[in-house]
Amino acid sequence: MSELAWIDAAMTAARPQAIGALLRYFRDLDTAEEAFQDACLRALKAWPRNGPPRDPAAWLILVGRNSGIDATRRASRHSELPPEDVLSELGDAETPMAERLDGGDYRDDVLRLMFICCHPDLPPSQQIALALRVVCGLTVPQIARAFLVGDSAMEQRITRAKARIARADVPFDAPGAPERAERLGAVADMIYLVFNEGYSAADDPQRARATLCGEAIRLARLLLRLSPAEPEVMGLLALMLLQHARAMARVDASGQIVLLEDQDRSLWNRTMIGEGLALLDKAIRHRRRGPHQTRAAIAALHARAARPEDTDWTQIERLYAALEVLEPSPVVTLNRAVAVSKASGPADALAMIEPLEGRLGGYFYFFGVKGALLTQLGRPAEARAAFDRAIGLASTATEAAHIRNHLDRLMKDSASAEA
Amino acid sequence: MLYAFLCYNNEDAVFSWTQEEDNAVMAALDKVQQRLIEKRKFGPAVRLMPTTAATTLRKDTDPPLVLDGPYAETKEQLLGFYVIDCDDLEEALSVARDFAKANPGGAYEVRPLKLFVPGSFER
Repeated sequence: MSELAWIDAAMTAARPQAIGALLRYFRDLDTAEEAFQDACLRALKAWPRNGPPRDPAAWLILVGRNSGIDATRRASRHSELPPEDVLSELGDAETPMAERLDGGDYRDDVLRLMFICCHPDLPPSQQIALALRVVCGLTVPQIARAFLVGDSAMEQRITRAKARIARADVPFDAPGAPERAERLGAVADMIYLVFNEGYSAADDPQRARATLCGEAIRLARLLLRLSPAEPEVMGLLALMLLQHARAMARVDASGQIVLLEDQDRSLWNRTMIGEGLALLDKAIRHRRRGPHQTRAAIAALHARAARPEDTDWTQIERLYAALEVLEPSPVVTLNRAVAVSKASGPADALAMIEPLEGRLGGYFYFFGVKGALLTQLGRPAEARAAFDRAIGLASTATEAAHIRNHLDRLMKDSASAEA
Repeated sequence: MLYAFLCYNNEDAVFSWTQEEDNAVMAALDKVQQRLIEKRKFGPAVRLMPTTAATTLRKDTDPPLVLDGPYAETKEQLLGFYVIDCDDLEEALSVARDFAKANPGGAYEVRPLKLFVPGSFER
């Protein structure tokens, strides 16, 4: 790897901690970001010359803090500029700085930064955009591509989010244990939103949204490093690794979604699956159930099946039933019905989903499942009606094409039945 | 003499590499390894999962205490190791320099082995 790439990776990795600490000093997101940006520019000059520092985050925080103070002074025009030569003192200052940053401060800084991004005043789309910009350091055009909107629209979305944060009440005191647990839960949910934003976009031709999955995994690793004994965070990371492991098999050469049962399982990323299973193992030891762990356990059963017919659908059905209790939602019931159809047949499954139509009447996947179940039950006319509604609700070309495949198969089957 | 090369690096940075960057580092390391393999000096090589996958059993208490996470919270973490047959420390350090060129950042701790058991399973 080139020196520049290494420096870039070090700065990306240091970013959450550095911006988190700078935010604590300046109590303003824009000032913290500008100070970090400035520190990175100086690092690009200093690191190739002096070699990278042992603790890049501490270096960036110290330099960023000085430059942020400079900027504040310049803005207020009260005092003259401090000497340009700040960098020369860094060698001595770096070690005690790094020591001070150890432990609790670090954890609370990063957690606060992530927590601010998922402030309840922000709609989910702004939460994700803000986290990707501020915590992950993606550029506005990168995020805009991921959301399939223009650069200026995304710039506006992020500016609006920041303005709301500035007006909102942001807690800067070190949180107590209950607050910390609450923040952790909110941050974990936000990370899962980021992941799903990327995961639901498998057909994106530029694969811009696929990077969101990688960023979400990176954030979850960071969160777990901060709270190493939290089973739900382990579960979240396990879940995302197990799902992302299938990325290469989920889309075929022409960009079509490939269903789990049709995927070439040799394309699954075994390293990610291994790490996901190891994390789930760790989580289960704590014997504290939670939705992320339950979803991860379901993904693990898929990952463990060498062939689709080896899938333990009975166990998956039980896990969805547990998830229904932990997090009741018609979508969970719909997924449970799919497991039921595999374990005990389409009639039971159809009976389970029919009461959901009122609440899931605008949901593409509902009519896709309903159509598939009706097909299996030999009711092609009703199946076709369900598939037609699914096509009408499809939000991407790939989704629509997938349903059209179902319809084609249905036509062929009914044609051959007639023949 | 057999030497262990304990590979330490900033875990956050290493796991921020893109797949392409990761592949590039692995390919560069592979070239160094190939030279050692040809000289029949290359022993087991291990790359560890992130420390978030680690569990630590503290055995200074009775019963031992099981803790989530790595043994030590450090700026740089143990991310893998090699066992390599080197004539002397000079050669070991020269091997470490070759690895360092392929994979900058962090550190190699070069430590001679006291006991080497090749193991009993094939993978």
